[in-house]
Amino acid sequence: MQALYAQLLVGLINGSFYALLSLGLAVIFGMLNIINFAHGALYMMGAFVAYFLLNLGGINYWWALLLAPIIVGIFGMILERTMLQWLTGLDHLYGLLLTFGIALIVQGVFQNYFGSSGLPYAIPDQLKGGMNLGFMFLPIYRGWVVIFSLVVCIATWFLIEKTRLGAYLRAATENPTLVRAFGVNVPRMITLTYGLGVGLAALAGVLSAPINQVRPLMGADLIIVVFAVVVIGGMGSIMGSIITGFALGVIEGLTKYFYPEASNTVVFVLMVLVLLVKPTGLTGRAA
Amino acid sequence: MKTTSIASLLLSTALTFAVTGVASAQDKTVKIGALSDQSGLYADLGGPGSTLAAQMAVEDSGLAAKGWKIDIISGDHQNKPDIGTAIARQWFDVDKVDIIVDVPNSGVALAVNNVVKEKNGVYINSGAATSDLTNAQCSPNTVHWTYDTYMLAHTTGQALVKAGGDSWFFLTADYAFGAALERDTSAVVTANGGKVVGGVKHPLNTPDFSSFLLQAQSSKAKIIGLANAGGDTTNSIKQAAEFGIGKGGQKLAALLLFLTDVKAIGLETAQGLNFTETFYWDMNDQTRAFSKRFGEKMKNGAMPTMVQAGVYAGVRHYLKALEALGGNPHDGVKVVEKMKSMPTEDELFGKGEIQPNGRTIHSAYLFEVKKPSESKGPWDFYKLVGTVPGDQAFTPLSESKCPLLKK
Repeated sequence: MQALYAQLLVGLINGSFYALLSLGLAVIFGMLNIINFAHGALYMMGAFVAYFLLNLGGINYWWALLLAPIIVGIFGMILERTMLQWLTGLDHLYGLLLTFGIALIVQGVFQNYFGSSGLPYAIPDQLKGGMNLGFMFLPIYRGWVVIFSLVVCIATWFLIEKTRLGAYLRAATENPTLVRAFGVNVPRMITLTYGLGVGLAALAGVLSAPINQVRPLMGADLIIVVFAVVVIGGMGSIMGSIITGFALGVIEGLTKYFYPEASNTVVFVLMVLVLLVKPTGLTGRAA
Repeated sequence: MKTTSIASLLLSTALTFAVTGVASAQDKTVKIGALSDQSGLYADLGGPGSTLAAQMAVEDSGLAAKGWKIDIISGDHQNKPDIGTAIARQWFDVDKVDIIVDVPNSGVALAVNNVVKEKNGVYINSGAATSDLTNAQCSPNTVHWTYDTYMLAHTTGQALVKAGGDSWFFLTADYAFGAALERDTSAVVTANGGKVVGGVKHPLNTPDFSSFLLQAQSSKAKIIGLANAGGDTTNSIKQAAEFGIGKGGQKLAALLLFLTDVKAIGLETAQGLNFTETFYWDMNDQTRAFSKRFGEKMKNGAMPTMVQAGVYAGVRHYLKALEALGGNPHDGVKVVEKMKSMPTEDELFGKGEIQPNGRTIHSAYLFEVKKPSESKGPWDFYKLVGTVPGDQAFTPLSESKCPLLKK
């Protein structure tokens, strides 16, 4: 029984990454209607930026949490301005192919220079060590990841669903012409939204740097699972993606305990089941 | 239209065969195929570095000056046996490759082993670990150069059991390699009076090991044996440190660890780990000189791993055999027989031999990862703890199940 609690907690930790990443995807899909396949590559860039900040600039983890999302976010906004914006109104497939291509190029460039086994990034001193919870030894850093990502997820949800800015955003998605008539600069708002989604991916990258290796393919390994999470939660649904992210992390954790061989397929089995029963996803609206 | 094109294809194939047939023993053309994981979790320990090692072996052989024409092509098997065999078949059928080298990933390695045998090519495997390549699945076309699971079990595994680690829990990569390494190590553990209390099989290329590590922790086994490799091993070790596994009295056994893995983990976390390799760049003047030349040609200045060193030494020995034959007979069995009849000797592995089952025998070295304070340079990672002579490290012929050995 104790082992089970431990697995639940571990699942929650992985769920935090799923939630942060699928949240960014949901924001981008909901507002821009783009299936952002470059998300994994941008997550990887977040981790690399943290690595460079530390090793070249001597800038620590805490600043990286703030700076890496901004730097990668700006990179994302440049992508949006120079490439993605021309795809407005076209079929989803174009955006998917373009972002997939961008992901391959970015990963290829990093792999060329840094190889595939990755670079070490130490846990910041303040979060080293762990505490004994009785049923398991919880590394403090992992506890921090869960709490921090929950806060970020809820803040993002609040920003989009409960503030005036969020209302503009949602309105602009429904009817850009009308919103523009009220004097709102819609293209700029869309660019900033893409930057926000990308920033969330980079933030997840910084969070994961001390746990996983900083590797060029770290995002490619994760992104497929995250897409499954988004599909299960319902494309474009903010709360749906957060809840599904955490829930699937837990389910995956339990699978690792009861039948480890299936641990990297269980998410996809669930995806198939959900799509059969409710094609719009658990919380999705009908298109 | 269709029949004519097939007919012309058949005709051209027949012509090619006729041409190669005429060429016979005086033919001095060779084509080497370096088949590896070029971009995944094993790319740094083999990959482009293995292709480079093969190129250096060709240059150092001096055969070009003697009128030989030697080409090297490379391929990416992506850790998938079907892709690996498809490339191997194309290389033999279309590109007329004579020899395939490297091939990390035991699953792919065993699949390619069958293709090479069927096409009567030469196969010098350096990257794969499974001892089956020279046991039940041995082939007259295959030489297994660098290391294998039997050797890892009888060096690192045995040393740990003898030092008091008598209960084991395995974290095993869920494919041919992990299974072979767990099997061979379990045999050593039980033979030395220890016992295996449990294990868990994880999918290849797993980013998060915390669930598995918790299971290992609650097993209370003294030794957690990592029967995995590359990125899986580095992630296991890093995350084990995070969960305080070393502090609880349990010890990690990295059954297979490469230079590039230690680089990726960082000395801070990796220090003190014991493991076995058959080559390290900083052994003597010759290995240092080779590694310096190698590093200068690598993008990130990396020193060679034992897998890449094995590719170099294997290709050197292959070319020596061809030179002794006076030309390339394009007959895999014949060339491998010649290779087995000559003792091996090179700057990287020293003196050795290839046994009738295809196993190359040379010394194995027990290493310990240095403390950060002991390391003097970017690749200064190991200190030598002990040397195991080749005849004690590898499967004795009396125990080998290879059908080639007539008993």
